[in-house]
Amino acid sequence: MTLRVRARWRREAFELDVDIALPLGGVTALFGRSGCGKTSLLRVIAGLERVRDAEVVLGDRIWQQGRHFVPLYRRRIGLVFQEHSLLPHLSVRDNLLYGYRRTPEAERRLHLDEVTAMLGIVDLFDRSIDRLSGGQRQRVSLGRALLTSPQLLLLDEPLAALDTQTKREIMPFLSRLAGEAGVPVILISHAPDEVERLADRVVFLRDGRVECVETLREALARPDSPLFDEEGPVSVLEGDLEGLADNGLHPFVTAAARLWLVGASGRRPGVARLRILARDVALALDAPGRVSILNQLAVTVERVEPESGGRVTVVCRLGDGQVLLAQITAWSARTLALVPGAAVFALVKSVALMD
Amino acid sequence: MLGLGPADWQAIELTFRLCLYTTIILLVIATPLAWWLSSGRSAARVAVQAVVALPLVLPPTVLGFYQLIVLGPRGFVGQTLENIGLTHLAFSFEGILLASVLYSMPFAVQPLNEAFANLGRRHVEVASALGAGLLDRFVTVILPLTRGGFVVAATLTFAHTLGEFGVILMLGGSIPGETKVLSVLIYDHAEAMNYESAHRLSLMLLVFSFLTLFVVYSINRRFEIAKL
Repeated sequence: MTLRVRARWRREAFELDVDIALPLGGVTALFGRSGCGKTSLLRVIAGLERVRDAEVVLGDRIWQQGRHFVPLYRRRIGLVFQEHSLLPHLSVRDNLLYGYRRTPEAERRLHLDEVTAMLGIVDLFDRSIDRLSGGQRQRVSLGRALLTSPQLLLLDEPLAALDTQTKREIMPFLSRLAGEAGVPVILISHAPDEVERLADRVVFLRDGRVECVETLREALARPDSPLFDEEGPVSVLEGDLEGLADNGLHPFVTAAARLWLVGASGRRPGVARLRILARDVALALDAPGRVSILNQLAVTVERVEPESGGRVTVVCRLGDGQVLLAQITAWSARTLALVPGAAVFALVKSVALMD
Repeated sequence: MLGLGPADWQAIELTFRLCLYTTIILLVIATPLAWWLSSGRSAARVAVQAVVALPLVLPPTVLGFYQLIVLGPRGFVGQTLENIGLTHLAFSFEGILLASVLYSMPFAVQPLNEAFANLGRRHVEVASALGAGLLDRFVTVILPLTRGGFVVAATLTFAHTLGEFGVILMLGGSIPGETKVLSVLIYDHAEAMNYESAHRLSLMLLVFSFLTLFVVYSINRRFEIAKL
């Protein structure tokens, strides 16, 4: 399904000017700094702002075109905001059912039992809203949005107001959402780690314009990616986390490699993402024996980025096509004669399982 | 009963009717108006807000005078009404009802405006996304979350209409059963040196007004809205 958005919206000093056709499926992140127009774009998509001459089309449903404008309550969009937005005069149960009751029976695909089980909020039904924690509130908001069986889920910085611990609690629910609920998700975020953890595709916004639309893999394969902050380039590997092995470590398996993780207990086995800083990856021409680094991956050098500050970023590919970035000194790159196509070993000093 | 004569009861009934109708009409008009006023800042909004607040600062005689001119037999509205076979609005119940609506408008609009501004738009947007149409949103979200504002608006409008005098005297005169409301009747009683009757009615108004304001301020404290 494709979401087409064309809008030009000038407001005081700010101008939003977008014309994109987004293939939807899984999680699409709208990424950019605050003030780049993420929320404005979301409001246009949702129909919360009726911008003149804008065009919003989801699949074969025309939401806005010329004079035709479908109001939000007929669009069937699930909206989750950054701050607590539960209706304060209703119980948890009535909040959850508010949209469900207003969804025509024929269009209900998701039901109370499965949604609340998926989000772990069954026990909260009869609580009053102000006795919920921040994380619980966001989960109830998510559940409430899902129960309208939406065609599109718009999440406006749903984690920004939460502390790290609570974020960790919500992340797994968010990452299962698109898959299990079968709803395409648009996630607004200014936090690279959220995007790396959740997104399949990234729309980079800057000063009200779309810079580019890339898959997460493409977005992470260029060292100048806006996703990278002061930690430098980052790679994300997708694979399966398996249960504890005899050596006390957890295997993380991709189609082309197996990594060993320490400290992954408590995580459910299954699809997971690993975050690897390029500066934690070293390269060797031969398979090194007798070293403490456990994770040694056979990769192929794809290209060596130009030198900057005495260092170069080497873009490597695993056998299954996933990208691994290594940051080494320019001198090392010259000494090892790294050229595109060279088969080398990547030694990964440290990985972080994203939760 | 209470030593009141038939003229007194007629005035009480008339006054009550005037206050009730004014309150109902104003709640219907003020709700969308206050919603619009509270949903942004623009020159048009400021201008409308100022116009709505005019009765707070103008002498009631000014308002009554202009209305007499416009609504009377030679006024634009009055003449149009006569031309289509109706009567003009001066010296009639309909006339003072219209005058009361204008005169009491700030007392309905301001509490609602404040209640809507405090409510914000987030809950309403959420309800929209959850499939609630305009009326549905009003009944299930806006009304329960701003009911304090509505109670204050209704009570103040009612009470303020009760205290109206100048406008009615200018526009409506003193026709029993048509425009002779309590405040005008008290004036007439006092003019006729009928102090005892004036005193009874005045005391009633005093007590009623106090109770009304007492209720309003208790609600204000509970809902923390509309400081007036």
